[in-house]
Amino acid sequence: MLEVKDLHVTVEGSEILKGLNLTVNPGEVHALMGPNGAGKSTLSAVIAGKDGYEVTSGEVLFEGKNLLEMEIEERALAGILLGFQYPVEIPGVKNIYLLKAALNAQRVARGEEEIPAPEFMKLVREQLSFMKMDGSFLQRAVNEGFSGGEKKRNEILQMLVLQPKLAMLDEIDSGLDIDAMKVVAEGINSLRNADRAILMVTHYQRLLEHIVPDRVHVLVDGRIVKSGDKNLAHELEARGYEWVLEESAA
Amino acid sequence: MSAAHAFLQRLGERADDEPTWVAARRQAGAARFEALGFPTKRDEAWKYTDVRRIAEGEFTLADDAELDEARFAALGMPLDAHRLVFVDGVFSAALSDLTDLPDGVSIEPLTTAMRTNHEAIGGAIGRLAGVDFSPFTALNVALSEEGAVVRIGPGVVVDKPIYVVFASRANESARMSHPRVLVMAGARSQSTVVEHYAGEAGAANFTNVVSEVMLERGAIVDHYKLQEASSEDLHVASIHVEQGRDSRFTSFNLNLGGALVRTDLVTDLNAQGAETNYNGLFFVQGRQHVDNHTLVNHNAPNTFSNENYKGILNDRARGVFNGKVVVKRDSQQIEAYQNNANLLLSDRAEIDTKPELEIYADDVKCSHGATTGQLDEDAVFALRTRGIDEQMARGLLTLAFAGEVMDQVRLPGIAERVERAVAGKLPERFNLSDLVEVSDALEEA
Ligand SMILES: Nc1ncnc2c1ncn2[C@@H]1O[C@H](COP(=O)(O)OP(=O)(O)OP(=O)(O)O)[C@@H](O)[C@H]1O
Ligand SMILES: [Mg+2]
Repeated sequence: MLEVKDLHVTVEGSEILKGLNLTVNPGEVHALMGPNGAGKSTLSAVIAGKDGYEVTSGEVLFEGKNLLEMEIEERALAGILLGFQYPVEIPGVKNIYLLKAALNAQRVARGEEEIPAPEFMKLVREQLSFMKMDGSFLQRAVNEGFSGGEKKRNEILQMLVLQPKLAMLDEIDSGLDIDAMKVVAEGINSLRNADRAILMVTHYQRLLEHIVPDRVHVLVDGRIVKSGDKNLAHELEARGYEWVLEESAA
Repeated sequence: MSAAHAFLQRLGERADDEPTWVAARRQAGAARFEALGFPTKRDEAWKYTDVRRIAEGEFTLADDAELDEARFAALGMPLDAHRLVFVDGVFSAALSDLTDLPDGVSIEPLTTAMRTNHEAIGGAIGRLAGVDFSPFTALNVALSEEGAVVRIGPGVVVDKPIYVVFASRANESARMSHPRVLVMAGARSQSTVVEHYAGEAGAANFTNVVSEVMLERGAIVDHYKLQEASSEDLHVASIHVEQGRDSRFTSFNLNLGGALVRTDLVTDLNAQGAETNYNGLFFVQGRQHVDNHTLVNHNAPNTFSNENYKGILNDRARGVFNGKVVVKRDSQQIEAYQNNANLLLSDRAEIDTKPELEIYADDVKCSHGATTGQLDEDAVFALRTRGIDEQMARGLLTLAFAGEVMDQVRLPGIAERVERAVAGKLPERFNLSDLVEVSDALEEA
């Protein structure tokens, strides 16, 4: 589904990704771990299409198509959703507007009719209660004044409404209290099926107890230096990154 | 012959059966205007606004108010309201609807009001805005013929909005009009007055209106000025408000159209407890020019003013905001807040913004701020990552910017009209009404 091949990315003159390879197949959940500043968020930004990231070589394919040539919104319409590490506050744009506009953009792109208001409301309410969020969140401006945890829940709410094929969730677990972690994890798990894939950036084993990954990767200094199954995450939790660095240097 | 003199030629064109004192006032206006001439950029208050297009234009006064229902329907709003309609300044009885006026409310064209009650009306008119305020008010005094006179008795809560439409037609040759609006709101009365300036596509007329609103003790007036002149229309307006004790005035100055637009809004808070709220929004594009000059005079202690003006400028449009607050000596316990925010959608658009505070008292809570910026690119990106195309994303964010002012609008018809107009000025299709519908459905549920 997602193939990242020998990706080199430069930000403001310095190389951040230095030959990154990663393949995510439908049905899989991957966890991407690694020290601060390794380039995890950079990878999500490049996949989402954010300005300011120069791809100097390598490619990114999504379902066989060259992602890097697509507009930001085209990538979303193709089925990619980025859950931000720091969700943006959008004063004045109601959550409900964003959800409706985004959902309709998808439907129009598929050649379908825009969703009728009652049907839309039903769908949103269901997901809202699944996320244990109050109805008032819909009338509030996107993320404005939301607590850290509320912002993260809101990202998952958008994901549940939009049902992406590939969800890239960047530190979705940071800032969540213990109960919220469960709710968010349930949200993510509800999306799992044989056709979808999830790529989660996280620093902690705890999220991975709720959402058991198929693969765990360690990203260090712009490259994936080690991959393994869920046990790798346990090992990292216990031993830190030092040994991985040594191993990869050897 | 000077430009000013050329305009005053029109004075002699009308048969004069006016009372001599009215004619004398006209002459005074003419003399004042001729002495002042059109303002130039050397005049501080007109530094950024060049009125040569008006001064050098040739305009005649209209003689008829012909406008069929269909053309009118394309301009007016379907408000459930008491309606007075003027076409290029001439009263149209056919398009007006003054049936079922509640007791204690009188709404008349100026000529009628003067015929029946010229002393009371003539005495009130010009009290707040005479010949000295600006060359344009002087010109208005010289040439004004028609207008709207609204009188609301004490304690009367007017059942519907009072909707005054000034339609500007696409004429073969350019017309000018110098209307007056007079609103006398009795003690503890409550009313909503809408002045709607609407131009047909291709209209290229000059409107020079002067409005006076007088609020007696405890009166509440919501005043809307919705300006949707054509992209060739020239529009100068001056609105003067006088407030008695515990009265509350709320202004919505919404400018969407016009080639050259200048509005002055002046409020005198003359007694304790008086409160004035200025809400402004303008959206200009192409080479439109909109200038708003606002002034609040805190002439009495314990008075309150709050101002929020927002401007959206696209293409090579130009905006001016000058907001002045004056707190007189011994006017203690004043609160005066002012904010002006502008959004530039193009790097060739320009805004000049200047808050001015003159405070001669010490117990004053006062704040002001002015910001000018572009759309938040991180927000544009965030929306696009959800599949919303760039135009739509920018549209949503632009509407969001206007929203803070629009949320204050209490007349749903106007809020919707302005939102649609703002959305309609955005580069691409934008299905706003649908979103609003969803949001409303949600609120009801
Ligand atoms: N706009 C930028 N200008 C300069 N350097 C940048 C920019 N964006 C990212 N970087 C640098 O790129 C490196 C990788 O950043 P990135 O955000 O991808 O790290 P990360 O792996 O997500 O880290 P964390 O775990 O702390 O979130 C960092 O050293 C960061 O400072
Ligand atoms: Mg990061």
